[in-house]
Amino acid sequence: MTAFAAILTRELRMAWRLGAGTPAALLFFLVVVSLFPLAIGPSPSQLAQIAPGIIWVAALLAALLPLDRLFAADFEDGSLDQLLLSGVAPSLIAFAKALAHWLTNGAPIVLAAAPLAIMLHFPGHALPALLGGLALGSAGLSLLGTVAAAIVLGARRGAILLPVLVLPLATPLVIFGAAGADAAAAGLSAQPHLLLLAAFLAASLPIAPLAAGAALREAAAA
Amino acid sequence: MRLFAQHLSLFRGERLVLRDLSCAVPSGGALVLTGPNGAGKSSALRLLAGLARPDAGTLTFDGNADLAGIAAMLGHQDAIKPGLTALENLAFAAALSGRDAPAALTALGLGALGHVPAQLFSAGQKRRLALARLSLSNAPLWLLDEPTLGLDHASIARLGKVIAAHRAAGGVLVAATHLTLPLPNAAELALA
Repeated sequence: MTAFAAILTRELRMAWRLGAGTPAALLFFLVVVSLFPLAIGPSPSQLAQIAPGIIWVAALLAALLPLDRLFAADFEDGSLDQLLLSGVAPSLIAFAKALAHWLTNGAPIVLAAAPLAIMLHFPGHALPALLGGLALGSAGLSLLGTVAAAIVLGARRGAILLPVLVLPLATPLVIFGAAGADAAAAGLSAQPHLLLLAAFLAASLPIAPLAAGAALREAAAA
Repeated sequence: MRLFAQHLSLFRGERLVLRDLSCAVPSGGALVLTGPNGAGKSSALRLLAGLARPDAGTLTFDGNADLAGIAAMLGHQDAIKPGLTALENLAFAAALSGRDAPAALTALGLGALGHVPAQLFSAGQKRRLALARLSLSNAPLWLLDEPTLGLDHASIARLGKVIAAHRAAGGVLVAATHLTLPLPNAAELALA
């Protein structure tokens, strides 16, 4: 537990010190979402209809931004060797990284999604369903992304391989996330969709750190 | 004998980088790996650390084949984060072992630089910071890859003291180097 807290503190401290990752991802999210009204036209009814889809796809792309440096920086400067030698389970290292990714990327994007959804005329009564789904989905995405980032570690052109690995696996998240928000906007219950997102998170919570940990060991041994 | 390696061999891809490496180091002992560039010194250290797995042979420490948490390594990279201060760079190692980070800095002559960002450090100071992290570890097996790289004479003497304390406590040390190290009574193993 001490080790987990120490790794998480270190990750958050570096994110805070470097100060680039979170604002860059947020700005990217903001710009991508703002491009849609310019391309599609400002019709409020049309924008409200596609708002969940826009926000989900933009959030997914913004989550990818910091992933290729998630382990690569530590791998290149020898820090990953030090972490693995510390005797801390590799899966615990991976889980701390995933949590740090969610805290510095997923959570800020969920918060930023609220004003953007309102900007796109998304009905206010459906906003909790959109944001709730986004919170569950982005956590699942952080775990999924951590696995992919660990797998491509040390591979040539890993930065290109990474989205190709993550995006297909993230399709269920986008489908149920956007569908949940749509259902809420139409006055239906978003619960089944949110429960499926929660199930995805519950399944990836134990599996993803184990898979990522194994990939980290392989990367160090290669 | 605490560290015991028998007939270790290691492939990297199709290439055999280490062949039939055997060594035994007793409590408080030190072993220096020598050999020309590309002889496999760094690979041997990664193998002894448990980071790489041998393709043949056995490796045990205190009779135990599980090396998790046994080894601390100073690689040829310093693993120093430039955005963090010296003490913040040591925070993880100190939290794990419960040892005193400022004391470790002082032992390597960095006592006054604890709150200075590591990006302002010179190459030798970064090396000393990496050595300070090593000395914070509770690991009984120290693996050093060219530990004196970029160090001045005073720092090498400080390193000698830190290593002597580790060995006096029953620790084991394996170093790969081309230079003379402050290691009295060290065995030497030449890799071809």
